[in-house]
Amino acid sequence: MALDKATVAKIATLARIKLPPSEQEHLAGELSTILTWIEQLGEVDTAGVEPMSSVAAMELPMRNDEVTDGGCREKILANAPDSAGGFFTVPKVVE
Amino acid sequence: MAVIRGSSGDWEVVIGLEVHAQVISKAKLFSGAATDFGAEPNTQVSPIDAAFPGMLPVINRYCVEQAVKTGLGINAEINLVSVFDRKNYFYADLPAGYQISQYTRPIVGKGKIRLDLADGSTRDIGITRLHLEQDAGKSLHDQHATLTYVDLNRAGVALMEIVSEPDLRSAEEAGAYLRKLRSILRYLGTCDGNMEEGSLRCDCNVSVRRPGAPLGTRCEIKNVNSIRYVMQAIEHEARRQVELLEEGGAVEQETRLFDAGKGITRPMRSKEHAHDYRYFPDPDLLPLRLDANWVEALKRSLPELPDAKKARFIEQYRLSPDDAGVLVAEQASADYFEAVARGRDAKLAANWVMVELYGALNRLGLGIEGSPVSAAGLGELVDLVIDGTVSGRLAKEVFAAMIETGKGAAFLVEERGLKQVTDSGAIESAIAAVLAAQGDKVAEYRAGKEKLFGFFVGQVMKATQGKANPALLNELLRKKLAG
Repeated sequence: MALDKATVAKIATLARIKLPPSEQEHLAGELSTILTWIEQLGEVDTAGVEPMSSVAAMELPMRNDEVTDGGCREKILANAPDSAGGFFTVPKVVE
Repeated sequence: MAVIRGSSGDWEVVIGLEVHAQVISKAKLFSGAATDFGAEPNTQVSPIDAAFPGMLPVINRYCVEQAVKTGLGINAEINLVSVFDRKNYFYADLPAGYQISQYTRPIVGKGKIRLDLADGSTRDIGITRLHLEQDAGKSLHDQHATLTYVDLNRAGVALMEIVSEPDLRSAEEAGAYLRKLRSILRYLGTCDGNMEEGSLRCDCNVSVRRPGAPLGTRCEIKNVNSIRYVMQAIEHEARRQVELLEEGGAVEQETRLFDAGKGITRPMRSKEHAHDYRYFPDPDLLPLRLDANWVEALKRSLPELPDAKKARFIEQYRLSPDDAGVLVAEQASADYFEAVARGRDAKLAANWVMVELYGALNRLGLGIEGSPVSAAGLGELVDLVIDGTVSGRLAKEVFAAMIETGKGAAFLVEERGLKQVTDSGAIESAIAAVLAAQGDKVAEYRAGKEKLFGFFVGQVMKATQGKANPALLNELLRKKLAG
C-alpha cells in the first residue's frame, strides 16, 4: 500500500505533529515500505480463525468499586506547566 | 407521526438519539478515584485519570454490572465478549489524547424501549447498542480572559452511551423516549438521570425527508442538556432543514450546537477532521468476557420495571393506561401510590396522589421523597372520605392543612370542626333558614326556574360551612322545594 504526500500531511495534522512539506515525500516512502512489509501477513489464510485481541494468556483483571485513589491535587498539578485555583490552565480553547 | 407542512408539501422528520448516561458507582471506570458531583477541582483525580506515563487502567467490576443491568432493562442482547478501543482526539480536558470506549464490539447490542404516546398508544423504538466509555474532564472558559481552566474530576467516570435507531418521528416522541429511558435507568439504579448535573446528556441526529422517501442527510446536535431543549433543538433543526431544501439548497452533514438562549442551532466552528477518530483496540486492556450464568443471575435480580408495573397497575387496580403511566414514571411515586391504595379504593387513591399530592408537591418544588405527607397519612385521609367523616370538598382543605402543618388527618378534622354533617335534622333546619330568607327565589323556582336549585345548594352549604353531606342535602332540599 502506497501513501501519498496528502495522506501523510493529514496523519501528521491528526497526530498534532509539525511536519515541514520538505519531509513529506521522504516519510511517505518510509511509511509505504512499512505498510507493504506488514501487508505480507495478509498472505496467511486466517479463514475461520477468531481475531486475536491480545497475546497475553490471561483474563481481564477487574477491580472492586472502592475509592482507593485521588485526593492528591498537589501531586497531580505539580508537573503542569500552569495552574490556578486548583485547576489546570491552558491557552483558551473556545467553541 | 408529526408532519411538517412546507410550502411545497409535507415533510417527515427522522430522529435518532445518542444518550450519554453517567453510571452510578463509587469509583471511576478504570481508576480508584471517587465520582461524587461537585467536589473541589482536581481532588478526585488519580494519576490514571490524568494520564501520567506508565499508568495502566483496571476495569471496575461494578460499572460492568451496571451496564449489563441497563442492557437487560432495555430488552437488549448482552455480548459475552466485548472489546475496548481508543478513540483518538485532542482536547484540553482529555489528558491521554484518547478516550477509552467501545467501537466494533460493544457490551450491549440491539434492544428496544417502549414509548407511551399522548393518545394512549405505545410504540417500540429500537436501540442500536449500548457501550461503556470514559467521560472527559470539564473545561471552564469563562474564568479568565485568555485561559481555559480544566478540572479532571469527571475524567474517567464511567458513561454508558445508548444509541437509538432513527425510529423517532417528532420532538414529542424524542421527549417521550428520553423520559422513558430516564425512568428505566432510575428504576435500575444505574444512572440518576439528573440532566442539570450532566448525568444524562443527549446528542440528536436529525434529518428530514418526504414521507416514505429514503433518509435525508442528517445533522448532529451535540450535548443538549434538558428534555425541553432536546425538543426545541429538534423543532428548530427540522424547520431549518425544510426551509433550506425548499429554497433549493442541500443539507450539509455537520455537527451543530444548540443555543438555548436564542432557541436555535448553529454549526460548530472546529468541524475540520472532527470525525476521524482512528479507533484501534486498546493494548492496555484485554477483551471483557462475561459469564452467561452471571448475566442470568443479574436478569433475575432486576426490579419490576415501568412497563411491567404499568401493566400490573392497569390489571390489578383497574387504572386507565394514562393514570398508570403517570404513577409508574418514578419508582417512589409508584410505591407511594401502592401504599395509599392498599386495602382502599384504588381509583380514589390514584386521584388523591395525582391531583392533590402532585399539585402540592409541584407548588412546593418537592419530589415525592420530600413529601410532607406520608403515604400512611394520605391513606388515613382517604379512609375518612370513604367512611363519610369528611366530605370530598373539605378533605381537600384538610389535605392542604396536612401539607402545611404536618399533622394527621383525623386530628385536623377534629381540631377544625370539619366533620361532615349527616344529621338530617341539622341540615333540614339550615334549609328552612335559607328558604325563609330567599322567599322570592323560592317562588321563581316553583314557577319553573329549576336551575335555581344549584343556588339553594350553595346557600345551604355556605350556612353549614361546607360540612353538609351533599347527597343528603340534595335529597332534603328537593323535598322541601317540592313543598
